[in-house]
Amino acid sequence: MTATYRYLPDTKQDQEEMLSFLGISSTDELFEDIPPEIRLKGELNIPAAIPEPQLLKKMHELASQNKNANQYPTFLGAGTYDHYIPSVVNHMISRSEFYTAYTPYQPEISQGELQAIFEFQTMVCELTGMDVANSSMYDGFTSLAEAASLAVASTKRSKVLISKAVHPESRAIINPVSAGQGYTVEEVDLAADVTDLVKLQEQIDQDTAAVIVQYPNFFGSIEDLAEMKKTTEANGALFIVSANPLALALLQAPGKLGADIVIGDMQPLGIPMSFGGPHCGYFAVHKKFMRKIPGRIVGQTKDEQGKRGFVLTLQAREQHIRRDKATSNICSNQALNALASSVCMTALGKQGVRHMAQLNIEKADYMAKRLQEKGFMIMNQSPFFNEFVVELPRPVKEVNAKLLEAGMIGGFDLGSDYGFDNQMLIAVTEQRTKEEIDQFVEVLEASVNG
Amino acid sequence: MVEYNELIFEISRPGRIGSSLPESDVDKIDLYDKLPKHLIRDVQAELPEVSELQLVRHYTALSNKNHGIDNGFYPLGSCTMKYNPKINEDVARFEGFSRIHPYQPEETVQGALQLLHELQEELAEITGMDAVTLQPSAGAQGEWTGLMMVKAYLEQKGETRTKVLVPDSAHGTNPASATVAGFKTVTIPSNENGLVDLEELKKHVDHDTAALMLTNPNTLGLFEKDIVEIAKVVHEAGGLLYYDGANANAILGKTTPGKMGFDIVHLNLHKTFTTPHGGGGPGAGPVGVKKKLIPYLPVPRVEKDGEKYVLNSDHPRSIGRVKGYYGNFGILVRAYTYIRTMGPEGLRQVSESAVLHANYLRKKLEPYFEAPYSQVCKHEFVLSGSKQKKLGVRTLDMAKRLLDFGYHPPTIYFPLNVEECLMIEPTETESKETLDAFAEVMIQIAKEVENNPGVVLEAPHTTVIGRLDEVQAARQPILRYTKEKAAEREVVKS
Ligand SMILES: Cc1ncc(COP(=O)(O)O)c(C=O)c1O
Repeated sequence: MTATYRYLPDTKQDQEEMLSFLGISSTDELFEDIPPEIRLKGELNIPAAIPEPQLLKKMHELASQNKNANQYPTFLGAGTYDHYIPSVVNHMISRSEFYTAYTPYQPEISQGELQAIFEFQTMVCELTGMDVANSSMYDGFTSLAEAASLAVASTKRSKVLISKAVHPESRAIINPVSAGQGYTVEEVDLAADVTDLVKLQEQIDQDTAAVIVQYPNFFGSIEDLAEMKKTTEANGALFIVSANPLALALLQAPGKLGADIVIGDMQPLGIPMSFGGPHCGYFAVHKKFMRKIPGRIVGQTKDEQGKRGFVLTLQAREQHIRRDKATSNICSNQALNALASSVCMTALGKQGVRHMAQLNIEKADYMAKRLQEKGFMIMNQSPFFNEFVVELPRPVKEVNAKLLEAGMIGGFDLGSDYGFDNQMLIAVTEQRTKEEIDQFVEVLEASVNG
Repeated sequence: MVEYNELIFEISRPGRIGSSLPESDVDKIDLYDKLPKHLIRDVQAELPEVSELQLVRHYTALSNKNHGIDNGFYPLGSCTMKYNPKINEDVARFEGFSRIHPYQPEETVQGALQLLHELQEELAEITGMDAVTLQPSAGAQGEWTGLMMVKAYLEQKGETRTKVLVPDSAHGTNPASATVAGFKTVTIPSNENGLVDLEELKKHVDHDTAALMLTNPNTLGLFEKDIVEIAKVVHEAGGLLYYDGANANAILGKTTPGKMGFDIVHLNLHKTFTTPHGGGGPGAGPVGVKKKLIPYLPVPRVEKDGEKYVLNSDHPRSIGRVKGYYGNFGILVRAYTYIRTMGPEGLRQVSESAVLHANYLRKKLEPYFEAPYSQVCKHEFVLSGSKQKKLGVRTLDMAKRLLDFGYHPPTIYFPLNVEECLMIEPTETESKETLDAFAEVMIQIAKEVENNPGVVLEAPHTTVIGRLDEVQAARQPILRYTKEKAAEREVVKS
């Protein structure tokens, strides 16, 4: 071994000195406690090492086999969005004091991370209108499942109602989670583009731990949370709202509409799409659930001199203390993406976040109107945020192929998850220009005739 | 350096902004025309209002109050704080990886799918498993995914088994994952050598045992020599073997969980495979399984169909989906880049160096600290502060003293079965000079405990802040900024 790998500093001499200090002649002797019959005989059968210049080239080649949103304007949303990310975000999260640190268990040398999380928690509380937020969850989908588990544990009831207008992946992930914890999940049907309130009334009962809805929902429509809250509260169930944080810049905070738990994903604010991850789940609750919230939480305190500082707190909830009594097993979370999101919210600021949300709602509205002018049917009957559903005379797949030919990524096909054949869910963020929108509409029009 | 103690909210002034978005190029909308009044926000979210430079200074100041691997040695046991290569960061940010949408047509993301498919195969080879899912976001989620597969597998066989056995030295996520997967945890005490006690184990293994979760090398850094026998005992009783491979840094190219007899394994790519810890995440916790468990893997699975890479959800016995989309893709890109950088010989040398470093440091420190398991270790080792405790100095104090020398302390008070535990993992990316310097400081601290304990008890002396009142933090939680609390702070100041 002679330092041939740039991450391995040992020279032959270093190695010899260490071996002789240990009184052995080869590192093999350090592996003699592995029974011979289970030792590997040859090398691993994986590709050979590649020097950095060639590796960069190879990785560029691999990346270039993907069509990215910079080359191909995308109209896909459905839970992950192509939003503007201010340049400062990447610069700040690239400070290696942040990204090469572990969880801030030693507060004296982790005040930067701790304070950043404390600020993140504050921003999440501000947007959601809730009292307490944690430092992040894996993603919005797993956050939703954890919220359901919290509701079941704290109400001691065993049924969860989830609207069909909630993201299909959330409804998928809650299945294994509920199977593990032994509660049942029932879906509440749709009334057109929103949750059917009559069905909700029928399905809710004294064994219902929680009602889960999405705001705006999967079709982009803005559910009337106030109505749902009434039904939920009357039955003693918890009200869980999965919310797009960007939309909350304009929409009434779920906390003000009676939500007990608000969860979602911060991806729209500062986090790249990255083929679906890593994103950043958030989790916010009414203060009565403060000691039941999963994951890490940062709190403010003082040092011996009375100086303000921050620590991980309320740790008695967590797996490393509670082990098999813990109600969640989460350990690592998405801290760096929470930081990205904080930096993004700071850069956009109080005015900018609203401005961005407003651009989204306006552009989506513009596109829907253009499509209607061309004779397309918009399926949303309720007001929508930056997404809506359009009916096409042909399969979505075919239309998307035409769009791809024209250099654009089309919307989400609602056929397989909902059986809504020929219906496309379209997202229009602030990234899409009027020209791109007009071009998209043109291709759609041509694809009908062509 | 001038101390910086402001929150972003405290430097905020109405009217400032740190970004520029274009004006709308389409018709304006009045929200009141579109939405019912009660669904329109009445009180604005109080987000910061600062200029771009103020933002940059704020977060730069915060970063200066943080210690990462790039700042200095970080021998945090069980966390594998090795160097996080820069090329990995660059590659994950290529637009072809970072700006692709998870629902794009498969033909537009062939590069991404190819990367995932190759990574699955390489991790299967590294762990000796037959197939791998990349979906889980972190180790804990990997554990839970694995246990849910155990459950589904047993159900398919018409069995309901309720117990998961976990050694007392196991990481907290093991028993917690067992609970959230709906199992009962049974804790197996370790023997005086720090290893699974075979006789104890036999007492607990029965027809109700779903699985044994084991870390090998275990969290004491010791290789479970009896692993083949342990596997036999569990398998003969019809149970499965789960390998917590969060810390696989000692076994790369040396042995595999597959060879040891394990049926399921998770890896923490944010440990062994150099992806950054990010101050707590994001990570990735791929899970590998033996053939009999393949039908239960989460969907969608990344598969190769002729020359094309595809996402396939048509696996009826799958436990379903455990995480949105296909896992923490950006992290997977980093791990792939790392494996390509090292190749097979490189990965083997990683483990050889990691183990050499741990043993070297262990032998240097053993004369000064109680070494409960004085034998060859793997990538990490534990010491006990029990000698020092008798002199009135606790492991926590020694950890704080290390901060004065610019080191991140080792993991402390874990595993739970070692009194006043210090768990040290030097990793392969540290130079011998660093190990020597760290050993000298540890020895100095051991001497201070004997001759000048005050300096240890009052540590740290050089950090931006002293020891914090954690009891108050938990008793009267302040979990967010409010103007009122800020006002309180002004009073304290004056
Ligand atoms: C041995 C062991 N198992 C499991 C875990 C949990 O991994 P994660 O934090 O990625 O969920 C860790 C990490 O802390 C660990 O060290």
